[in-house]
Amino acid sequence: MSAKSDITLTINGRAHAIHVEPRRTLADAIREDCGQTGTHIGCEHGICGACTVIVDGEPVRSCLMFAVQAAGKKIRTVEGLANGDTLHPMQQAFMDHHGLQCGFCTPGFLMLAVGVLEREPGISDDDLLDVLSSNLCRCTGYQNIIKAVRAAAKEMRGK
Amino acid sequence: MTTKFVGRSVPRLEDRPLLKGEGRFAADISFPGQWHMRVVRSNIAHGKLKSIDASAALKLAGVHAVWTSADVAHIPPIPFRLTGLKTLEPYRQPVLAKDVVRYVGEPVAVIFAENAYLAEDAADLIELDIDQRRATMLATAEPGLYEHDHSTEAGVLQKTYGDVDAAFKNAHAVVSLELSIGRHSGVPMETRGAIARYDEANDILEMHGAAKVPHWNRDTLAQMLGRKRDSVQLFEGHVGGGFGVRGEIYPEDVLVCAAALKFHRPIKWIEDRREHLIAANHSREQRHRIRAAIDSNGRLLAIEDEFFHDNGAYMRTHAATVPDLTAAMLPGPYRVPNYRAIGHIRLTNKTPCGTYRAPGRYESTFVRERLLDAIAANVGVDKVEIRRRNLIVRSAMPYALGLETLGTHIVYDSGDYTGLLDKALASADWKKLQEQLHGRRANGEKVGAGVAMFVEKSGLGPFDTVRVDVTPSGRIEVVTGVASLGQGVETAIAQICADALGVDYTNVRVIHGQTDRIDKGMGAFASRVTVMCGEATRLAAAALRKKAIASAAQLMQTGANGLDIVNGEIVSAGGGGPSISLGELARSIPNGLSAGDTFESAHMVYPYGVHIAAVRVDAGTGGVTIERYSITYDIGKAVNPALVQGQIAGGLAQGVGGALFEEFLYDENGEPLSVTFADYLMPTAREIPELSILITEDAPSPLNPLGLKGAGEGGANPVGAAIASAIDDALQQPGAVTRLPVSPQRLKAIMSG
Repeated sequence: MSAKSDITLTINGRAHAIHVEPRRTLADAIREDCGQTGTHIGCEHGICGACTVIVDGEPVRSCLMFAVQAAGKKIRTVEGLANGDTLHPMQQAFMDHHGLQCGFCTPGFLMLAVGVLEREPGISDDDLLDVLSSNLCRCTGYQNIIKAVRAAAKEMRGK
Repeated sequence: MTTKFVGRSVPRLEDRPLLKGEGRFAADISFPGQWHMRVVRSNIAHGKLKSIDASAALKLAGVHAVWTSADVAHIPPIPFRLTGLKTLEPYRQPVLAKDVVRYVGEPVAVIFAENAYLAEDAADLIELDIDQRRATMLATAEPGLYEHDHSTEAGVLQKTYGDVDAAFKNAHAVVSLELSIGRHSGVPMETRGAIARYDEANDILEMHGAAKVPHWNRDTLAQMLGRKRDSVQLFEGHVGGGFGVRGEIYPEDVLVCAAALKFHRPIKWIEDRREHLIAANHSREQRHRIRAAIDSNGRLLAIEDEFFHDNGAYMRTHAATVPDLTAAMLPGPYRVPNYRAIGHIRLTNKTPCGTYRAPGRYESTFVRERLLDAIAANVGVDKVEIRRRNLIVRSAMPYALGLETLGTHIVYDSGDYTGLLDKALASADWKKLQEQLHGRRANGEKVGAGVAMFVEKSGLGPFDTVRVDVTPSGRIEVVTGVASLGQGVETAIAQICADALGVDYTNVRVIHGQTDRIDKGMGAFASRVTVMCGEATRLAAAALRKKAIASAAQLMQTGANGLDIVNGEIVSAGGGGPSISLGELARSIPNGLSAGDTFESAHMVYPYGVHIAAVRVDAGTGGVTIERYSITYDIGKAVNPALVQGQIAGGLAQGVGGALFEEFLYDENGEPLSVTFADYLMPTAREIPELSILITEDAPSPLNPLGLKGAGEGGANPVGAAIASAIDDALQQPGAVTRLPVSPQRLKAIMSG
């Protein structure tokens, strides 16, 4: 517990002026202070990846970052992926390939995959599998997630 | 009934909000003015709780209250939901420990504070004075004292038929094994959560974050808190995975409700991951001493199994369910003429247990299939051949096992086990696989294949009720008392409704888990939803169809016989002429357009399957790589094959976790060692192989018109068994694996003899 500070988080292009303790995690700030509950918290120790968001182009675990560290940076969350009613190719691919069941880990997988593919569109299948093995899913058995991400990668490269 | 949607892999209705971050999971629910609850948990596995000093915590600004057992003395222990033997009652869990703590993680106090950070700060300031006692950590040890005159052996169950002793006396040979299954559990990605609110204007206590069995929990919470059942309502939002663990009544659910009533403030509790791993239900840990009497051809004459079930520190809502299912389902797909299982239900100082996907069957399939492999080795025949010799033949169906579980007689309703084995072997190209593995072993590789067979159970009754309404705007609402844990209930039920009524499935909204929308409901467990709710939905939708056509016939001044419902329009079956939409019709009827029905079933339905695994063992590290995996599963009728495949693939991943990685370990004092995802290892995309799934529909259930059987648990059931069999083969050492999970350390120990 210590004095709160005023910071601005820019999430999906929108500025949120918030007043938080230094110890407040980025995940909690996004969810509680900025009201964007699409980012989920699964372990709070950086293993499961459910809370993955993109900060200045890099996928990060928002449970392992303090909100104050993200001040002034560009944060992207799952809420910013779709364009109105049109799903992002990654979201569409998850739907087409039944890449989600309960949907709790899904935002983390979407942001992880989008973040990596934007940075490295030509990533090999094997490296992509390594990246995807950094998040946990308990429902799907992963195969449909892998299929979905590979399909979306193709689609994203085509653009 | 047309079959425009049933049987097709249509896209899920659930997906869009979940993909857009618009889900409503428990942590997403907040109410103005809410307080946050934090649970103070025992850090000692067993001891006398002498005092709790909350004075420092209460001095923190923003801390509103601290409760200990004295504050909840009026609340009884949590009752049993299933298999509640009377003898187990003294072992029920209180919502807060009173005089004795029995596991690390047991709730001893709760903090109510302005926000979650503050509540956690305050919890750190609570001082517990606990006089440590010796912890009981082995369920196989001689039973000791639990308290008063109760032993740590809470009960012994026995299931038997035939003359086992005579069969052993006359046997050609006896094959004996001692086998263990490790302690692991469902561990959904969403931790538990509960938000209670008291609505004073209507005198209603609400609990949000409900899951699995909302109606039973509503009735039970009302009873525990001394309220009328209709003054408590439960609301299920999105649920981030269930697997048996989530949605049972735990102490925290009762505490948020009691506090909302007491303080007239919304109370929010969200579990953290460490809490989840030491507080939510564990499962699976058993040790079996099993033996088979066989004839000279390896045919089973009798099986006798004595097992020790480590239920942890209390008997929770499932009471004896897991050991009961273990004993009842152990015979599986084989003809076992004489049978006896004795299950010792033992209490230890570990986190209490409940069910986990394929409860009792993951365990007993491992044990039975290890036994079949051992019999094959004993008589010198192939592991496929030994199964073939012992399978129950198709002409014996329906097959009454002579055992009971969950209040029902076990009668395998339909099945062609030999036929499915043939299909599975063909699907895995077994012969070629054997040749390949043989060649690779000759080159020094440690590779091998395993096979495991199983019978699942599903569609537990006794009933499900569904109401189908047409809203004035023409939308179809199916209101049901089942629940969704992410498995695709909304889509599957909408498909059935759409076909029975004559509408598009995307126009059907399935409302579940809301106790204020329907008075009764059984919830979602035991792979029951598609079977029970599916059939109730078909009945209700058919009734609605008849009603709609009759009403429309009057309006349209024509005979009902000539009318049909196509895509939500009531039209002349021959085409042409006037038509009316269901919405218009609903608006024209003063009481609206609605129909309900109930499906009752006294018996479960029994899907069955075969798993084939091929593995490579790394002699240096003891690591196991699953190279190929194929699953063949007969579920009678698949409503949505893609969703069924999804269930099977997800089950496999959990099965692999229990076979190779996941285990709740403790030190000798009862200190839990698996409290983060760095110690409790769940499989990632790297560990789960591409798998081939063959869904067959050769044996529709005769117990419901659609022929449905549930598909939720067959992906997990025999995975430990199949992988153990494959590892044995890779090592060319029959019977090498006697314990799950087969961790690298254990495998290295096996290899070094």
